[in-house]
Parts: sequence; structure tokens; C-alpha cells
Amino acid sequence: MKRWLWPLVIFLVLAVFLGVGLTLNPREVPSPLIGKPAPPFQLPQLHDPEKTFSQKDMAGKVWLLNVWASWCGPCREEHPIWVDLAKTNVVPIYGLNYKDKRSDSMAWLQRYGDPYVLSASDLKGSIGIDYGVYGVPETYVIDKQGIIRFKQIGPVTPAVLKEKILPLIAKLNGNA
Amino acid sequence: MVPELGQFALILALILAVAQGTLPLIGAARGVAPWMGLARPAAQGQFVFVAIAFGCLTYSFVNNDFSVLYVASNSNTTLPLQYRIAAVWGGHEGSLLLWVLMLTLWTMAVSVFSDRLPDDIVSRVLGVLGLISVGFLCFMLFTSNPFDRLLPAAMDGRDLNPLLQDPGMVFHPPMLYMGYVGFSVAFAFAIAALLSGRLDATWARWSRPWTTLAWMFLTLGIALGSWWAYYELGWGGWWFWDPVENASFMPWLMGTALIHSLAVTEKRGAFKSWTVLLAIFAFALSLLGTFLVRSGVITSVHAFATDPKRGIFILAFLVIVIGGSLILFAWRAHRVGLGGRFDRVSRESFLLLNNVMLVVATGSVLLGTLYPLFLDALGLGKISVGPPYFDTVFVALMAPALFLMGVGPLARWKQASLPELATRLKWAFAVAVVGALLLPLTMGKWTPLATFGFLLALWIVASSVTTLWSRLKQTPAAGLGAKLRTQSRSYYGMLLAHVGVAVFVVGVTMVKSYEAEKDVRLAVGEAVELGGYAFRLDALNEVTGPNYRAMRGTLTVTRDGAAVRTMYPEKRIYNVQKNAMTEAAIDTGFTRDLYVSLGEPVGNNAWLVRVQVKPFVDWIWGGCVLMALGGLLSVLDRRYRVAVRARAEAVAAAGTAAAG
Repeated sequence: MKRWLWPLVIFLVLAVFLGVGLTLNPREVPSPLIGKPAPPFQLPQLHDPEKTFSQKDMAGKVWLLNVWASWCGPCREEHPIWVDLAKTNVVPIYGLNYKDKRSDSMAWLQRYGDPYVLSASDLKGSIGIDYGVYGVPETYVIDKQGIIRFKQIGPVTPAVLKEKILPLIAKLNGNA
Repeated sequence: MVPELGQFALILALILAVAQGTLPLIGAARGVAPWMGLARPAAQGQFVFVAIAFGCLTYSFVNNDFSVLYVASNSNTTLPLQYRIAAVWGGHEGSLLLWVLMLTLWTMAVSVFSDRLPDDIVSRVLGVLGLISVGFLCFMLFTSNPFDRLLPAAMDGRDLNPLLQDPGMVFHPPMLYMGYVGFSVAFAFAIAALLSGRLDATWARWSRPWTTLAWMFLTLGIALGSWWAYYELGWGGWWFWDPVENASFMPWLMGTALIHSLAVTEKRGAFKSWTVLLAIFAFALSLLGTFLVRSGVITSVHAFATDPKRGIFILAFLVIVIGGSLILFAWRAHRVGLGGRFDRVSRESFLLLNNVMLVVATGSVLLGTLYPLFLDALGLGKISVGPPYFDTVFVALMAPALFLMGVGPLARWKQASLPELATRLKWAFAVAVVGALLLPLTMGKWTPLATFGFLLALWIVASSVTTLWSRLKQTPAAGLGAKLRTQSRSYYGMLLAHVGVAVFVVGVTMVKSYEAEKDVRLAVGEAVELGGYAFRLDALNEVTGPNYRAMRGTLTVTRDGAAVRTMYPEKRIYNVQKNAMTEAAIDTGFTRDLYVSLGEPVGNNAWLVRVQVKPFVDWIWGGCVLMALGGLLSVLDRRYRVAVRARAEAVAAAGTAAAG
């Protein structure tokens, strides 16, 4: 009779996971990187691959790093938020174009608007690993000393922007 | 008054469901005829009351009764009538009511079309369906009552999500739910068989038409959803591997495995416990889909507003129903016996292989859908699994299954010979290879993917023709017409469904390999060329709809100077919820769609416009329609209408029948 019990066992394991899943919020993630220096990188720029961009270029500024890709549905969902934010000039937004094709990402930006000062191309996703990118989109707030102060996994909502990101940026800019 | 009537009808339905879910089952176990006799009237009465409740909610929507919270949240006075009706299932509570309506509809259908079945089986099947209904009615009455009042009443409603204001919303959910919920019948038959201990060919014959019918509805429902996403979301994709799409796709895959496995059980008496297990799994996946959509454990664009109480309720229900069934399975299935023996090379073994691959494919989709949840639950972090995973894994798993589709129908039951199969199929294979190498060239570009896709599609068609041909040769009737007429409808149904798969594969292959798109800035008077077509923007006008304002572009499409079509893409802003919606303009054609959508305004009377040429994209849904028609043909087979004679006779006949 034992082998006939396997379907039941597998189902129960699944049910336990679903039960645990109910207690979790799929959009909220703590990150071990918070409070640590942003991992170094030097990547070609999306629009001008001859030039590079490095996190060092941003020393002394509070900035946003948004990991995005043209194949990512949720990126489109959050994108209008960045387009609007870019117009306010509150904070410079830099893109990390993650595991994407250059032509696809350029077309995507042209279609949906380009809020980024520039985007760095992480075609192979290797910098994404350093940054612990779980899923796209992800957004980091990095302070003047190059320390990651906030990380959002999944799309940023208007609420997160208003209640967490904007106050944090105001605070970081005010302190120095 | 009317909402209270609706609520009261639901409570009466629940009482009937409790009666239907208990007494007939006990009656069947103890042989008490009057208790068993309760099953049919209870099922029919339950349908009547749920239908009344559904009617009451519809009435509230049609008459804009904003004192009903659910109506106020999902409708508006400016909403056109057809969408006020569709809005009944536009939110969690109402769609649950639709779920129950479908369940009681299926139940009633079983109660009406089951004259020939033994009383104890009917009582058990209806009893199991009654228990499922109890669960869902309780869920609705205790956590998600669509008739809750809003006092004081709202002045006007919050409107239906503009994405849902579309003819697709009118047809897609009812069709999808008919399919989803229809697997409850196959499930109930499986449980009835386990309870009675009579798991045999007759059982398979009874449950087969129901399963095929549910599968047919699910096929159409998924296809409609995909087509809807294609034209409504405005960027021309047709499948996104969104968790909720997967939630409807997994029961479909499992259901596909189930109808094939049922065929073997009916014809050969084999795979019995496996078939039962598939029936349980198909329904389990339907329930799981309900859980995923309504509990908030997975992030998805489709998810309803979430409430943890609901998640716990469905999960508990899932554990009771499926856990209970699997305990029953473990307890009873080992007594079933193995049924007819078969050789390692035989139609049975090919169908078994097909089953295994479909189940593994289902598993891979399930894994991809729940993987983020697993990792999260284990504290290993958060990830999202995207189309790259699904595309790779799914295609790799399905390709061999598609190949087998050509071989299986030609193989003999019990024992087949590989060399003989190879001889019979060599021409089909040759045609497929040559066609696959040449066809991509006619499209102007050769790619491995296109060749592979054509190979599979042509192989399926050519081998189906071979199968039909060799079958006709064996038919004793004189003349081709007479030979064709003697084949059963279920046989043609199978061929049609398989050809449908081929048509689907052609659609996917062509779109993936040869679609072209351009995003351009167009001012009035400017034109863009794509795929041999010239799209010229002639005008931009503001237009006003019943509940939205829109910017409408007028584009004239020409090919070699000859006018093809005038297209009117729109960007709409809906008045109540203020969402911007892209209404793409699509020129549908047999060999290609032209797809134009408006992006953003870029000043000076110019817009970003996306133009796409999508070759053969409609074949994707055409293929699904053929599959569904194939299912319908099989259900209409004569043998389901001819009175079933003594069981022994049926089993004996099943052993010799050769129909697929």
C-alpha cells in the first residue's frame, strides 16, 4: 500500500508550502545588502556602449538604481512611476538593464519613455548576481557614500515611493 | 429586497447541497433506495436556487443597485448594459457565484443524462458533487457574500476595471469556468468508482464524455483568454506564463492526459488506478488555481483583491477534498488490479508515454509557478520565474509528446512492432522533413526554430493522414464515401484535435520566427514601412465613448500602392477609474494580422506608434478551436447514445474494439 500513499504525501507537502505562503507577503523582502557598500561594477552604457558607467561615478550623490528588462512584465507596470519621478528631478535614476538584448531594450525605452539618466547593460546578468537580484524589477537607493540604504524587490508602487523612497531620499540629502 | 432573495436562495441551495452530499452517499453505502433517490431532485433543486441567486445579482447590476457593496465596487451607471451583466463575474464574489452556478449546472446535467447508470453510481457521483458544492457555498456565504449591503448606498459605482470592459469578458470567464468546474464531474466519477470498488471499463465509458466536454470548454476558455489578452492588452502578446494563466493551463494539461488515459481504460481496461489519479489531479489543479487567484500567495496581474481568511478557507477545503480523495485512493486503488497486459511497444505504451510527458509538463509548469513561493517559504529569498524558463522547459517536454502523437494512433493495441510502424510512417516522415526544410525558405529566412516547428506540425498532419488512410484500407465497405462514413465520430474527433495541435504549432512557429514590429514616431501625414505594408497616419481625433474619452488615430494601410485597410487604434481614458487603455487596431487575415497600437503622445501632433505584422497568428486560436471541435465530435459519438447493455458485454466488446 505504501506506493499508493505517495500522491498523498506529495500533496500534503505542497499544501504545507501553500499554507506557509499565506503568511508571507510576496512583495516584501529584507536584503542583506542594506547598509553595505554597493557592489562595484563597470559596465557599458546602453545607449553608447563605447562609454562605461560605474557606481564610483555617483560618489557624493544620492541616486536610484533600477534593475529592469524589456522582457519583464512588472517593469512595465512600475515604469510610469519612474517616468513621472524623472520629470521632478528629485533624484537621478540610473537603470541596470538586466539580461536583455540591446535592440529590445532600446525599443522598449522608446515605447514607454526613458526616465533614466543612463542605463548600464548587464547583458549576462553577472552584476545582477553581485547585487543579489532575485527578480526583475528591483530598485536600490544608494547614498552619497555609496551605501545601499533601501531595496525594493518587484515593482515599486506609488505607496512605496511616497512612503518609503521619497522620505528616505529627502533624509539622505538633508543629512550631508 | 432582491438581494435578500438572492441570499436566501443561496442558503436554500446550501441546505439542498448538504442533503445531496450526505444522504445519497450513505444510502449508496447501505443500499437504502429512497436515500439514493434524493440525489437527483436535490441536485436539480440546488441548480434552481443557485440560478435564482445568480439572477438576483444580475438584476441588481442591471438596475444599478448601489446599495449592494459588490455592485457598487464593480459597476457604474455609465457602464453599458452588456458589461453590467458581465460585471456580475468581474470580481471575486460574483465570479465565485459563477463557479457555483457552473458546478450546479454540471451536476444537474449529470442528474438528467444518467438514466442508464446504476442508481448507486449516480447517487455517489451526485453526492460527491454535492459535497464540493457545500464547500463553495459555505465559502461564499461566510467569507465572500456577493449580496452584502452597503448602507448608505453609494451615489454611483466604482466601475468595472476598464481592462474587463470588453466582449472577451462576456465569454471568457463562463467558458473557462465551464471547463475548470467540469473536471469536478470526472473527479466525482473517479471517487464514486473508488467508493463502490467498481473501477472498470464501464466506469471509464461513463466518465469519458463528461471529461471530454469539460476539456473542450477549458480549451475554448483558455483560447478565448489568450485571444483577449492579444487584442486587449495592446502589445500583441498572446501568452505570458502569468501564474493565473498557468493555473488554467495546468488542469488543461492534466485533463489532456486524463482523456487519453480514459481511452485506454475504456478500450483495454488498463491504467485504471492511474486514470483515477489523473482525475483527482485534474480537479485538484482546478481547485489550486482557485486558491492561487484568490489567496494572494502569488503576485499576478489577474489576482483578485486578497483576504487571508479566504486563502485559509480554500486551502482547508483543498486539503479536505484532495487529501481525502488521495487517502481513499491509497486505501482502495491497490485492489484495482492492473487490467489488460500490454507489450513494451503498443498503443498502450505510447499513450502511457504521452501521459507521463503531459504530467511532467504539468509538473514543470507547477514548479515554475510555485517556485517563488517555495523559496520564500524556506527563507531562501525571493525570485520571479519568467517566460525564459517556461519556454525552454515546456517546448523541450512537449516536442517528444507531439512526435508521439503521430505514432500512437497507428500503433496496435497490446502489441505493435517498431519496424512495421517505421515502414508505415516513412512517407509521412519524409514529407515532414522535406516540407520542414523548404517551408521556412518561402518566408525568406531559414531558422532552426521554424524548421523544427514545421517538422512537428507536418509530421502530425502527415501521420494523421497515414493513419486515416490505412484505416480506410482495412474497412470492408465499398467505395471511399462509404468507408469514410463507417468511421466513428470519436475517431474523426481524435484526428481533428490532433490536426488542431498541428495548426496551433504552425501559428506559434510562424509568429515566433517571422513576426516583425516597429516602434516609430508618426506625425499626421507620415508613414512607416513594415513587412511589405505601408502604414500612413492620416488623422488624430479626439472621440468620446459612453464612459471614456479617447484619442483615435486613422491609419491607411497599403501594400504595393493598393489600399488594404483603414485602421483606427485608440488610446482611451476611462472616466471613473482614470486608467489609460490601449485599444489596438487589428486587421485579421488568414495568413497574417496587422496590429497597430498607439503608445504615447510625443508632441506636435505626433504619437509613438507600434506597428506589427504577425504571420499566421490566428492559427494559434484556430488550432484551439479545432481541438475543441475534435472534443465535441468525440462526445457526439454514437456509442454514448446507444443504450449500454449488460456490463459484461460492454467489457467484452471493449476488448475487441479498435477505435481510438
